[in-house]
Amino acid sequence: MCVLCGALLSDHWAEADSGRRARAVRVRLLNHVLGHYGLSLGDWAGSVYTVRDGKGGSAVVQDVGTLWQAAEDLAGRPLDPLDPALIEALEANVEA
Amino acid sequence: MSKPKHPVTLLTGFLGSGKTTLLGELLSHPDMGETAVIVNELGEIGIDHHLVTQVDERTVVLDSGCVCCVMRGDLADELRDLFSRRIRYEIPDFRRVVVETTGIADPAPILFTLLSEPVVQHHFELDGVVTTVDAVNGLDQLARQPESVKQAAVADRIVVTKTDLVGQADVAELERQLRQVNPTAPMFHVVHGKVAPNVLFGGKERDIRELELPEPDHLDHVHAFGLILDEEIDWTAFGVWLTMLLQARGEHILRVKGLLNTGDEGPLLLNGVQHVVHPPVHLDEWPDEDRRSRIVFIARGARREEVERSLAVFNRAAAVPA
Repeated sequence: MCVLCGALLSDHWAEADSGRRARAVRVRLLNHVLGHYGLSLGDWAGSVYTVRDGKGGSAVVQDVGTLWQAAEDLAGRPLDPLDPALIEALEANVEA
Repeated sequence: MSKPKHPVTLLTGFLGSGKTTLLGELLSHPDMGETAVIVNELGEIGIDHHLVTQVDERTVVLDSGCVCCVMRGDLADELRDLFSRRIRYEIPDFRRVVVETTGIADPAPILFTLLSEPVVQHHFELDGVVTTVDAVNGLDQLARQPESVKQAAVADRIVVTKTDLVGQADVAELERQLRQVNPTAPMFHVVHGKVAPNVLFGGKERDIRELELPEPDHLDHVHAFGLILDEEIDWTAFGVWLTMLLQARGEHILRVKGLLNTGDEGPLLLNGVQHVVHPPVHLDEWPDEDRRSRIVFIARGARREEVERSLAVFNRAAAVPA
């Protein structure tokens, strides 16, 4: 909420104007990516995401912009889309 | 219906590159009436402030040192205060805001403030970054001062100043090097700050599909590379990919600009600076028959091939069932 005019403030750029279908696609793709790092993602009531590791650790995040830091903290290492191992894993997934 | 946002122009450039001269000249132009100016005062000298206040009484001086390190909150406060005072009629209405940085400022935190602070981004929008580069010292500064490279890389307009003081060959070499770190920004020669405001504020963008990207001297240095994609881009997948890329490499990806085919009637305009991305803009129609997506990165370290391969597999993976 804007303290000066009371209007609602905007969403993250990557999620603005996206509906339920886009959100489902986002969760599916994120699970492909996060799975490479031993993490998984859930959608809680279409409003927040929960990211979990396999050891009971979890974090709740508002949007994909804040997701990556939480995921890095849980994974204990940087998550890089240019990582050749991640790219190869996704390519194998796509071709399967 | 929401009110239009106030455009904010960031004026940056290295020490002595002519920012204040340029700003002083611009503010004396009739088209620049109703402009609020925020300048940064480094130390206690405040020469810049005095020069600017001679022209515009609505100057707001940030008083706690360098904008890049400690002024992020102050800049947000000043912009909020500016808006708040305007709606209480304590100051006259203004049409635009110009923020002049110090010469040693890293522009990224300032852009971050403008594009991310919730209240600021609700009432102000970044119109563009104007960067001054001194033709006399510019080559030396690009070689020795990382801030000057960054200032050039994030520019939407580059103003090469003092071109009357050096030979054509030196200006040409400076332009060549500036094109390496920023091929997307139109470049202008300006002497003694003499330029029409509409050249720097608004004006025509370079069509990124027509850019000829130079071969970099060194991949580890800041350089530009472009992707041309025949395949339609899944916007949701692109958002996942780019947010992940900027989290991992945002410090080294100074700029992303794109014209994307997301399957809609018109293309989507993308514009990002380091970790921050402007709200994407949907255009109603394509300018011509070419429907390919084009994305230009200004980065250090990353290679075109690996970025292209990564984006392609994210795009395709979005369609793979869980």
